[in-house]
Amino acid sequence: MNYAFDEFKEGMLIAFQAIRANKMRSVLTTLGIVIGIVSVTLMGTAIEGLNRAFNKSIAAIGADVLYIQKWPWGGGDDWWKFRNRRDIRMQQEKTLERLAETASAVSPTIGASRTVKYGQKYIEGVTVVGTGYNFLEISGANISFGRFFTRTEGDGGRPVCALGSEVAANLFPNENPIGKTVKVGGYAYDVVGVVEKQGSLLGLESLDNRVYLPITRFFQEFSSRWGGISINVKARSVDQLEDTKEEVRGIMRKIRGLSPRQEDDFAINQQEMLVQTFNQIGGVIAAVGLFITGLSLFVGGIGIMNIMFVSVTERTKEIGIRKAIGAPRRTILMQFLLEASVLCLLGGIIGILIAFPLSLIIDQVLPTAMPVSTVLIAIVISLLVGLVSGFLPAYRASRLDPVDALRYE
Amino acid sequence: MSIIIRLAGITKVYQVGDESVHALDGINLSVEKNEYVAIMGPSGSGKSTLMNIVGCLDTPTSGLYELNGTNVSEMNDNQLAKVRNKEIGFVFQTFNLLARSDILHNVELPLIYGGISSSERKHMAREAIARVGLSDRIHHKPNELSGGQRQRVAIARALVTKPSILLADEPTGNLDSKTGNDIMALFDTLHKEGNTIVLVTHEEDIAEHAHREIRLRDGKVERDEPVKNRRIVQASSNVGVA
Repeated sequence: MNYAFDEFKEGMLIAFQAIRANKMRSVLTTLGIVIGIVSVTLMGTAIEGLNRAFNKSIAAIGADVLYIQKWPWGGGDDWWKFRNRRDIRMQQEKTLERLAETASAVSPTIGASRTVKYGQKYIEGVTVVGTGYNFLEISGANISFGRFFTRTEGDGGRPVCALGSEVAANLFPNENPIGKTVKVGGYAYDVVGVVEKQGSLLGLESLDNRVYLPITRFFQEFSSRWGGISINVKARSVDQLEDTKEEVRGIMRKIRGLSPRQEDDFAINQQEMLVQTFNQIGGVIAAVGLFITGLSLFVGGIGIMNIMFVSVTERTKEIGIRKAIGAPRRTILMQFLLEASVLCLLGGIIGILIAFPLSLIIDQVLPTAMPVSTVLIAIVISLLVGLVSGFLPAYRASRLDPVDALRYE
Repeated sequence: MSIIIRLAGITKVYQVGDESVHALDGINLSVEKNEYVAIMGPSGSGKSTLMNIVGCLDTPTSGLYELNGTNVSEMNDNQLAKVRNKEIGFVFQTFNLLARSDILHNVELPLIYGGISSSERKHMAREAIARVGLSDRIHHKPNELSGGQRQRVAIARALVTKPSILLADEPTGNLDSKTGNDIMALFDTLHKEGNTIVLVTHEEDIAEHAHREIRLRDGKVERDEPVKNRRIVQASSNVGVA
């Protein structure tokens, strides 16, 4: 035990002596590892950022919500098939809401783009969402002040609306919007509440540039070019989502009069589909990215191996001396492995010190941070690179014949 | 008196291209405790090969080598390393010190490989350094010392493990004659103190310090006899105080 420690201490001493004796060479060799570790950790950080950005932006979809629509998310090869499907109608939503026992909430949605006006101010291209009173329950968003429209207002098609936070901020920068009347596509609506900020969906469509109003009213005043609606069904919990999905599927088939042999003429979309698609794409990006940056680390490793071969050759005589006075093979092997590992570890640590501020710059674009795990993994990887690339030279050194080694000049 | 080195029918054959070269061709000899032996011979006589085998740096092609009663002729690398560490103290012509380490560390090194604890190690190393009269240079690097001083450090390193034999290969080869004489005087003293010394040299006047002279020629022992005109007069008894 004591011997192992003394041996290790001696190995470290030799390693640092060797590095100090060849400063320039050590710096240049380590540079390869530094570049490798910087690129790998930054790639890891960027991938982490992509994941976080994605997860954040699809949170609004809800992991426990099913979206019954004409079109499946992620598309498909058969555009015409989906195009020719029958629209999903309000009557179907009413029936589904009545029959679905495992759903905690069912709500229709439909959208259109309209200009919203208040006094002299107006915003073009606001997404007008026609929906039910329980929309917020399904989407998981909260009201920041006021209230959403009630069931009575919804069923009765009252001219009331809730504003997205962006719309509210732009139209009512200095006043309370509650009770004010806005014009949506030319029709007057009373503002009853403002929905809190939700961000954007997949970085594309702002969820805050919206106006929510009763869907019955929507049908009276806006002719939608989409035709059909989307039915949003919230399961009681994420665990029960599959049960709910089966039940909803059965009910929808019945409502739409499909015979057992016909395939579904509607799609049941869920967050998981996006997650799967993203994980596939993201997985490929991560693999390719880490592979390419890994190559630079690999090149750094080759540099270490090269310089360790040089080091072994230069110190053949020293190896001979050490062997003559009783150093076993293992000690010589460890001495050179330690030297390679120390070089790589230094490279790894310097690499992280450089990568960390750079990751803060990435953070300006993607919501990310260099996780502790990445730092630890980078250190372990640089250590491994040292051990792997140092092994062959160290092994060669340990096998040197003491007679030949002593004779080497 | 106990036998330290026993060689019986030692051969060493090198393959050079298609030809086999018999560097050693049936060597038989024994060295007893506290003997002072010089191995002589012209170049190519096999004395370096013999020294390598005696020093456990190399193994014979055939034959038996017993060191302190242990058969070392068929040991593997790591076993030999252990034997070298415990039983043999090398003194080389070119000193062979580690340039980047100070004197103390150089002398301490065999003890590190021998697994001696740090405090004991330091104590033993300081003692060995004091023995060769270099206590005031303990933290100097080899390149800050003269040739003679470096060789003393090498001798201290050889002595520090209290080995069975001191094996010196042309120890004065790189030194001027005065310094060389000092080193030989040190060997004489060490011998008097009970150490067993094997000296490999091609210089007659160096060999004359020893008590017994073995001459090699073409891989065989040509002559093995006591030294008649010892260079330094010894006390009547050779028996040391070990």
